[in-house]
Amino acid sequence: MTDEPLLRVSALSKFYGSRVGCENVTFDLWPGEVLAVVGESGSGKTTLLNCLSTRLLPSSGTASYRMRDGQWRELYRMSEAERRFLMRTDWGFVHQNPADGLRMTVSAGANVGERLMAVGDRHYGRIRATAVDWLSRVEIDEDRIDDEPRAFSGGMRQRLQIARNLVTGPRLVFMDEPTGGLDVSVQARLLDLLRGLVTDLGLAAIVVTHDLAVARLLSQRMMVMKDGRVVESGLTDRVLDDPRAPYTQLLVSSILQV
Amino acid sequence: MNAQSTDIATYNFAYLDEQTKRMIRRAILKGIAIPGYQVPFASREMPMPYGWGTGGVQVTASIIGPDDVLKVIDQGADDTTNAVSIRAFFKKVAKVDVTTETAKATIIQTRHRIPEQPLTAGQVLVFQVPIPEPLRFLEPRETETRKMHALEEYGLMHVKLYEDIAKHGRIATTYAYPVKVEGRYVMDPSPTPKFDNPKMHRSPALQLFGAGREKRIYAVPPFTEVVSLDFEDHPFEVQTFDQPCALCGAENVYLDEVILDDHGGHMFVCSDTDHCEKRRADGHHGHLAPETHSASGKMEPAE
Repeated sequence: MTDEPLLRVSALSKFYGSRVGCENVTFDLWPGEVLAVVGESGSGKTTLLNCLSTRLLPSSGTASYRMRDGQWRELYRMSEAERRFLMRTDWGFVHQNPADGLRMTVSAGANVGERLMAVGDRHYGRIRATAVDWLSRVEIDEDRIDDEPRAFSGGMRQRLQIARNLVTGPRLVFMDEPTGGLDVSVQARLLDLLRGLVTDLGLAAIVVTHDLAVARLLSQRMMVMKDGRVVESGLTDRVLDDPRAPYTQLLVSSILQV
Repeated sequence: MNAQSTDIATYNFAYLDEQTKRMIRRAILKGIAIPGYQVPFASREMPMPYGWGTGGVQVTASIIGPDDVLKVIDQGADDTTNAVSIRAFFKKVAKVDVTTETAKATIIQTRHRIPEQPLTAGQVLVFQVPIPEPLRFLEPRETETRKMHALEEYGLMHVKLYEDIAKHGRIATTYAYPVKVEGRYVMDPSPTPKFDNPKMHRSPALQLFGAGREKRIYAVPPFTEVVSLDFEDHPFEVQTFDQPCALCGAENVYLDEVILDDHGGHMFVCSDTDHCEKRRADGHHGHLAPETHSASGKMEPAE
C-alpha cells in the first residue's frame, strides 16, 4: 500500500426530503484495500455506495479520487462525461442482481468486450482473445462465450458480471451484495474467486453486504451503519471479535451458528 | 376555407401550412449545421399511414418550390405503389413537374435506395426513415441514447457488430448499417442496403432524413465524411453479386431477385428501374431481356 489514499470521503450526506439516506460519512480508502460496509437493510449502505459511485448525487459533503496521473479530482465537480468515462475504465460496479449489470440479450463475449470497445478497441480478434482469457479467469467455459447470459445460472451470471467489470483493469470496484441470492456453495466459490482477483490485481473495493461472513472473508476494514450513520469502524477482525458499539454487538451476536 | 369556395378541398402550396413548413425548415437547417444529429420536430399528421413515408413527405413538402422537379423511388423503383402515390400527391398539391429520370430531378424522395447514377451538386435526396436511432435495439431508453450521443459513447454500436461476427463469422448487417458522420455522430442511414453507404460519403448532393412517427429530422450536408463502422480485422464491405442484371447486363449495381414462375424460376434485375431502363435504351442487354424491346444496336444471340 502507498502512503496516499485512493479515495477521500468527507462528511457525505444524502437526504431524501426530510428522511436520512446516509449522514456525515467520512473515511479514506487506500489502494488495494477492501472496505466492507455492513448493516441491516435500510441502514443507508446502498445509498452510500450509490453516492460514492456517482450514481446518486449527495446532498452535502465531498469525495475526491486520485486519478491514474496522481491528480486529485472531486467527484461531484466532474462533468458527466468524465464521470461516465471513469465509471467504465478505472472503476467497476458489481450489482446484486446481475441482470442490472449485464446486457442480457448480447453474448457473454460481447458483455466482456463492451468496455474494451467503449475505450476504442477496434480489433475483433484481440477483443475476443481478451474475452476468452477473462471468462477462464472467472471459471466460465470458453465454449459458452457466444451464449447469452439469459442461459446462465445465477452464479455464472455474477461471475460474468465481475469479468465484464474487471476487463479494463479498474483500480476501484464497488460491489452491492455480490453474493446475495446465491446458494452457499456457489457463494463460497464466488468469494474465493473474488478474493483471488482482488489480491492478484491489487484492487481497492468497497463491498456493501449484510452478511458478516462475507465481510470477514473479503475485507480488511469495515464500517457498521445504522439509520444512515456509521456507528463503528475499524479492522474487520477487531470489529467482529471485539464489537464496541451496542448495535454492532447486537449484530454480531445475531449470527446464526450452525 | 371560406364558405363560397367551390373546390371540395383547397390546399396550401405543398399541403402543409406555412408555419409548419417554417418549423420543419428550421429543424432541417439545424440538422445541416450538426451533421448526423437527430433534431426533434413537431411531426404532423399526413394523409397517409405512418411507415409510408410521412417523415420524407413532410421534408419534401417543406423544401419543394414551384420550379422543382420531383422523383420518388421506393426500393429503387419509380413504379411501385408508394412511389406513384407520393409523386401524384405532390403533382396535385404543389403542381410541380415530376420525373423518373435521376439526372432531371432536383429533389429525389427515396425509400431505402440511393440511385445508381451519381448525384450532382444542387440535388437533394430525401430519405424516409422508420427508426432514426441507431442505438435503439441495443438501448431502449431514449433518455440514455440521447446522452450517449451527447457524450459520444459509441462502444455499444460495436457490440452489435461484434455479435454479428461471433454469430455469423462476418458482419452480417446488410441494411441500416451504422455510419459515423464527419467524425462525430453515429447515424442510421435508414434501411438502405449497405451497398449504398459508400455513395453517401462526400456526396455532392444534400441528403435529408425525415422520420415522421419518431419525429426526428437529420441531415448530411454535401461533401461530408460518412464512414461505415467496422473492425480493423473485419473491414466494411458492400454486397457483391455473382451475375449481372438479367435485363440490362449491368454489373456493380444493386440487384433485386424477381420470381418468374411457380417452379423456382427467378432472375436478378437492377433495383434502380430508371438506371436499368436507361441502359437498355442505350442498347445494353442482359441474358433475359426481351428482344423486341431492344433499341437499335447489336443483338446478342439467344442463350
